[in-house]
Amino acid sequence: MRVGLFIPCYVDQFYPQIGVATLELLEKLGCEVHFPLNQTCCGQPMANSGFEHLTGGCNSLFIDNFEGFDYIVCPSGSCTLHIKEHLHEEKREEKASTIRKRVYELTEFLTDVLKVENLEANFPHRVGLHQSCHGQRGLKLAQMSELNAPFFSKPEQLLKQVKQLDLVSLSRKDECCGFGGTFCVTEEAISVRMGQDRVKDHEDKNVEFITGGDMSCLMHLEGILRRQQSPVKVIHIAEILNSTVK
Amino acid sequence: MESKVLEHSKASEVFNKDKERVGWHDETLWFVRSKRDKAAHNIPDWELLRSTASNIKHNVLSNMHDYLVEFEKNALANGVHVHWAADAEEHNKIVHGIIAKHGVTRMVKSKSMLTEECHLNDYLAKNGVEVIDTDLGERIVQLRDEPPSHIVLPAIHLKKEDVGETFHIHLGTEKGNKDPQYLTEAARHHLRETFLTRKIALTGVNFAVAQTGEFVVCTNEGNADMGAHLADVHIACMGFEKLIPRREHLGVFLRLLARSATGQPITTYSSHFKKPREGQEMHIVIVDNGRSTQLGREDFRNSLKCIRCGACMNTCPVYRRSGGHSYHNAVAGPIGSILAPNLDMRKNADLPFASTLCGSCSNVCPVKIDIHDQLYKWRQVIVKEGYATTSKKLGMGAMTFTLSNPAIYQTGGKVGRWFMRNIPFVVNNGLNPWFKNREMPEPPKESFREWYLNNKKS
Ligand code: SF4
Repeated sequence: MRVGLFIPCYVDQFYPQIGVATLELLEKLGCEVHFPLNQTCCGQPMANSGFEHLTGGCNSLFIDNFEGFDYIVCPSGSCTLHIKEHLHEEKREEKASTIRKRVYELTEFLTDVLKVENLEANFPHRVGLHQSCHGQRGLKLAQMSELNAPFFSKPEQLLKQVKQLDLVSLSRKDECCGFGGTFCVTEEAISVRMGQDRVKDHEDKNVEFITGGDMSCLMHLEGILRRQQSPVKVIHIAEILNSTVK
Repeated sequence: MESKVLEHSKASEVFNKDKERVGWHDETLWFVRSKRDKAAHNIPDWELLRSTASNIKHNVLSNMHDYLVEFEKNALANGVHVHWAADAEEHNKIVHGIIAKHGVTRMVKSKSMLTEECHLNDYLAKNGVEVIDTDLGERIVQLRDEPPSHIVLPAIHLKKEDVGETFHIHLGTEKGNKDPQYLTEAARHHLRETFLTRKIALTGVNFAVAQTGEFVVCTNEGNADMGAHLADVHIACMGFEKLIPRREHLGVFLRLLARSATGQPITTYSSHFKKPREGQEMHIVIVDNGRSTQLGREDFRNSLKCIRCGACMNTCPVYRRSGGHSYHNAVAGPIGSILAPNLDMRKNADLPFASTLCGSCSNVCPVKIDIHDQLYKWRQVIVKEGYATTSKKLGMGAMTFTLSNPAIYQTGGKVGRWFMRNIPFVVNNGLNPWFKNREMPEPPKESFREWYLNNKKS
């Protein structure tokens, strides 16, 4: 199975360890993983700011880089959702459409395609899960608290397989953290307040780590935690799922 | 229309200065959202009910013309006067015309977001007519000379201390007394006197039934009935999207409305009005005010399905922390942000951006409006129509250029450096709003790409 590794631009630049963890994890699980070298960004920051019409270049580039893979896997729900919903190119619409169908967020790829039931991971810590909205409500990685529908959660399904991990339940289990792309600077006051409230929910439950599938949300929460000199740390779910007893 | 307003981001920055109040506002509305969840989760067919309601409204939107004609015909046959208003001004003139004909200068009004949208109170005040809002929350904000901050809970931004103070000033209650029972009693006396002396009552409309020409008004306080039953003239104002085809459809909408709004199984009073009683005069004013335009916008027409339950506001993490007034529009919150640009795109260009696109609004909406997708689409429209601020445009241009060019992206310098200069949330200077309350991420020794080239690429 040939997997194209799609690493969001800010992860490439600021959090390379998440790319490494994702790649190692997928290889451990038997995938043949390639990282197309000319990838940059999915175009979401522009599109969500109202500039979808400027994202043609990003779209062509994405198709150049990712056509021909069996699957495209990305450790970010938000970037995955953007590609799934907005990747188009007039001249190569068929290819775009194939890519839209083959792109997966990491945890759903593990639960739905690889059907992982037994992870060899170990993480002896108290952890809170931040459900990022685009992954949850967009990609439906977990049941949404608003709906009258049966519970499921792909990230939790995986975290439960991690030995010694103590997963807490939050008082607001799927409230947005307030990152929201450029929202985090254009609506600074609200964004920060939302982040502070999220952080407090985790702190009240005495977590050591906040994890999640989207580093952008975690980066925002990390910025707040560090400013408050909190001992709580953030860690991407790929790093936990890839962690072994050392 | 007024042009200078404080943008949502600025207004909510002001609102956020009082941290404790923001926390209280958030918790209060979250409590309402939780009650809604409980009520919704108690109905096994809840999701089916939502799609049924959505489909009925779909049918209405697609057959608007026919239903309006049918409704008018039946209402006329019931002895009701029917008026058509193309816009807010015409609506206000019609209402004033009816009042003037009766030579009256005072009127009671129960809750109607449409009259807020049309700024009826101001118009009537200028023409020498005094309006008393009889919904308790509306009356409180009216005494304070403020607009409602929420479509269902107009005074939700106020604590009981604030209400105590307002009543002390305007109704002469004891200073410092904030006991809700005491304050409600005072309001009751004040309003009762008003009800008895007013000849004209205006109400909103929650549902207008095409098949029968009747309309339904939902209140918890019974103030619509009280006003309408005591007055000689009853004026009901409605946006044309309030139509439903048949009476039996009320069984769907009434079940959804109160549960979505407050978590109650049903509103305390769902009053059906069909024909004027002996000697009474009844008027219905049907208003367009931009609705036809919205109906013609393919991407946004579904916003007209809205039954004004307020659930999208209660669940919205941004609304809960910015307060309704930050939205500078009669209808605040997520639904307000997709309705307002249609009314005045320049003035309301900021509103579709006052969201993280988390999607919770669309999930609670009883008529399944794709609210967050419409917010995204409005952003595209607003930018294309040239209402985005210049700085934003410039930043985006540079960003797209680099991100579409791998060579430039890769040689942008040391790791993180290009990002630190260009990506809005990590621009590394002290002026960056990110930095006010958050630390920056620290650039690592190497990017993932560099690591990959060093360790993996064979
Ligand atoms: S948009 Fe939906 S949730 Fe919001 S007020 Fe209207 S009906 Fe209620």
